[in-house]
Amino acid sequence: MSEFPFADPFFGLSWLDAIIRIVIVVLVMTLVVVYLTYGERKVVARFQMRLGPTRTGPIGLLQGFADAIKLLIKEDVRPRNADRWVFEFAPYLTFIPVFLVLVALPFAQDWGVRNLALGMFFVFAVLGLNIVGVLMAGLGSGNKYALLGGVRAAAQMISYEIPLVVALLAVAMVAGTLDLNAIVGMQDSRPFILIQPLAFVIFFTAMLSELHRAPFDIPVAESEIVGGYFVEYSGIRWSMFQLAEYASLWAFSIFGSAIFLGGWAFPFGEDWGWGWQLVLTLIKSLIMIMLIFWVRATLPRLRMDQLMSFCWKALIEVSFALLLVNGLFLYYDWPEPILAAVNWVGAILFLGGIYLRAARKPSTKNLVGSYKHAEVPNP
Amino acid sequence: MSVWPEERVTTAEGDLDTVDMTVNVGPQHPATHGVFRMVLTVDGELVVGCEPYIGYLHRGLEKLSENADYRQAMGWWDRTDYLAGMCCEGAYTMAVERLAGIEVPERADYIRVIMMELSRINSHFMFLGAFGADVGSFGTSFVYAWRERERIYDLFEEVAGDRMFPTYFRIGGVTMDLPDNFESRCRWVLGSIKQGLEDMDGLLTGNEVFVERCRGLTPVTPEQAIAWGFTGPMLRATGVPWDIRKAEPYSVYPKLDFEIPVGVQGDVFDRFHVRLAECYQSVRIIEQCLEQMPEGRVLAPKLPKTLRINDGELYMPTEGTKGEYGVYLMAQGGTNPYRAKLRSPSFCNLSALTELVVGSYVADAIIILGSLDIVLGEVDK
Repeated sequence: MSEFPFADPFFGLSWLDAIIRIVIVVLVMTLVVVYLTYGERKVVARFQMRLGPTRTGPIGLLQGFADAIKLLIKEDVRPRNADRWVFEFAPYLTFIPVFLVLVALPFAQDWGVRNLALGMFFVFAVLGLNIVGVLMAGLGSGNKYALLGGVRAAAQMISYEIPLVVALLAVAMVAGTLDLNAIVGMQDSRPFILIQPLAFVIFFTAMLSELHRAPFDIPVAESEIVGGYFVEYSGIRWSMFQLAEYASLWAFSIFGSAIFLGGWAFPFGEDWGWGWQLVLTLIKSLIMIMLIFWVRATLPRLRMDQLMSFCWKALIEVSFALLLVNGLFLYYDWPEPILAAVNWVGAILFLGGIYLRAARKPSTKNLVGSYKHAEVPNP
Repeated sequence: MSVWPEERVTTAEGDLDTVDMTVNVGPQHPATHGVFRMVLTVDGELVVGCEPYIGYLHRGLEKLSENADYRQAMGWWDRTDYLAGMCCEGAYTMAVERLAGIEVPERADYIRVIMMELSRINSHFMFLGAFGADVGSFGTSFVYAWRERERIYDLFEEVAGDRMFPTYFRIGGVTMDLPDNFESRCRWVLGSIKQGLEDMDGLLTGNEVFVERCRGLTPVTPEQAIAWGFTGPMLRATGVPWDIRKAEPYSVYPKLDFEIPVGVQGDVFDRFHVRLAECYQSVRIIEQCLEQMPEGRVLAPKLPKTLRINDGELYMPTEGTKGEYGVYLMAQGGTNPYRAKLRSPSFCNLSALTELVVGSYVADAIIILGSLDIVLGEVDK
């Protein structure tokens, strides 16, 4: 096992070390965001029988930079009836929390910006701040679409935070710690998705909602409120919202893959060294992102009340039941395979219930035959 | 009268005062499919009022037609239902022919039916794609629809030389005969259309979220539909088997075997489903036409150099893509019609918008508008 070369503080100074690490992460993150937008455009284009960007650089690889430059030199418009300070500060309050999340994420063994003992708690706490910026943008823009979008976003994010947190707490109970590095380290033989599949399903659903991704992209609904809370933003401020959106996409993916897919540890992470660990982190987060893109290219959008009833009538109940089951198993100290089996049964029942709801719907086969055909005689 | 149960139209109660907000949708809004504008009064997410505004695309079609030769006016009629130019041309030419008493060669009639049904598929694909986008699918349904539309437009280009506004029909027939390889090309396009319909069916009809959004949304009874003047798929979705092609047949439709798909409860899902089913029937019609089409002339012989029609008036109803597309012409001698009038189905279907939308959610208002399948060129004439 080779040591990660930057495990010790840079130059032995902890404050300088922190600044250097944050600068590295922010630069890497910006690059990642540029290529995530490119990747999404390419992937969704292939789903839609298109090519996506091809002209800027080889296979369009420089498209993200072209877009960034275009956005930088665009005029920064502020509507006359916008609330000036609220309007101008909203983008910062949206993307700063997302970058703060990066402080706690485990990219490789014992290496992140900081290895926090309450890492999972920190991530929840900081991600919750995101909503302030969104709501400020919605209220401060002086635009009714933005207002609708902002209020929708607030209702949605506050609701979905509950199942998200409860499902992850269930996993944290099994792990016995909130330290993200320790949680990843426990998964060197089996990732937690194998023993907590139901928690993963809940987490993934709530994550789509927190990220405003289809089918929960209601606050930014393109065909209804044309972009929602950032409808009035342009130029660099608009690009900050985009930056926050894709940065949180990546942050959530790393967070999710650390907790459920074994992060840097599974497989062979502890044995093959830090290079392999970084590759594992990257691949697993890209798998999560690919799933999100796939869902986005396929599913239509839910309605606000359906979204709320799905959260309050299904996800929250299931996540609390999961918490209860995990608690019972830990209290009586039953073996792990039985816990895993019970969880798998729960996950299959949950997904099966959704599938059966879909199967009740009108058959897509024999479309014409499914209608009674009127008898109108030929004259 | 609202089609919603009364308890859904409630206002927020409690200690806080609430104020209804007006939200302007359109004329430049992705969901209005053109330059339609509606002002929604919303109570939170609930729509409590809706006021539609039309006229942004008014070009004075009727007045223009009254001031032009019967043949010259054709190009303007193309531009009413611009998603199905051939259907509009067909309605206008057939009206003029009936008024003037001109016989059309049989081959030309078959060619017209092929073109009109291809146009119908074209227009319905536009609906399917745009409706998917309204419901929130990220452009995937739109691009699926576009593939087939592109192939149909290519076929139009080969036949008529133009894609959207072909002006291919002439009074007395069609401009020119079909190209030599038309039959094989058309069969290939039909195969592609069938595949496209299967894809669309799998993407939308088979999707839990899509069905959840559309099922049971604003059901319309047959009585309501007739009272509102619905025609076409909007009426058939309620279960009324009314199709001008069967009820008052024109051209060669009596010789063709096809069915009228009808819905069950007239909700948004049925409107979508009926249009999807109609595309299959149009494919059937075109296949039969390709088999039955005789050889011969495509333009009637001995047409007058200048078309003059003596006194007379006539209303020619045809089954347009959106409903009953009727052309009223009144002649008082001379080369121009004295009065030309279009009974546009989109306009009549749109007139029920307020009734349908009030009491639903903002997100639903958008897909209800989408399910009406309006074309603004036809609404505003």
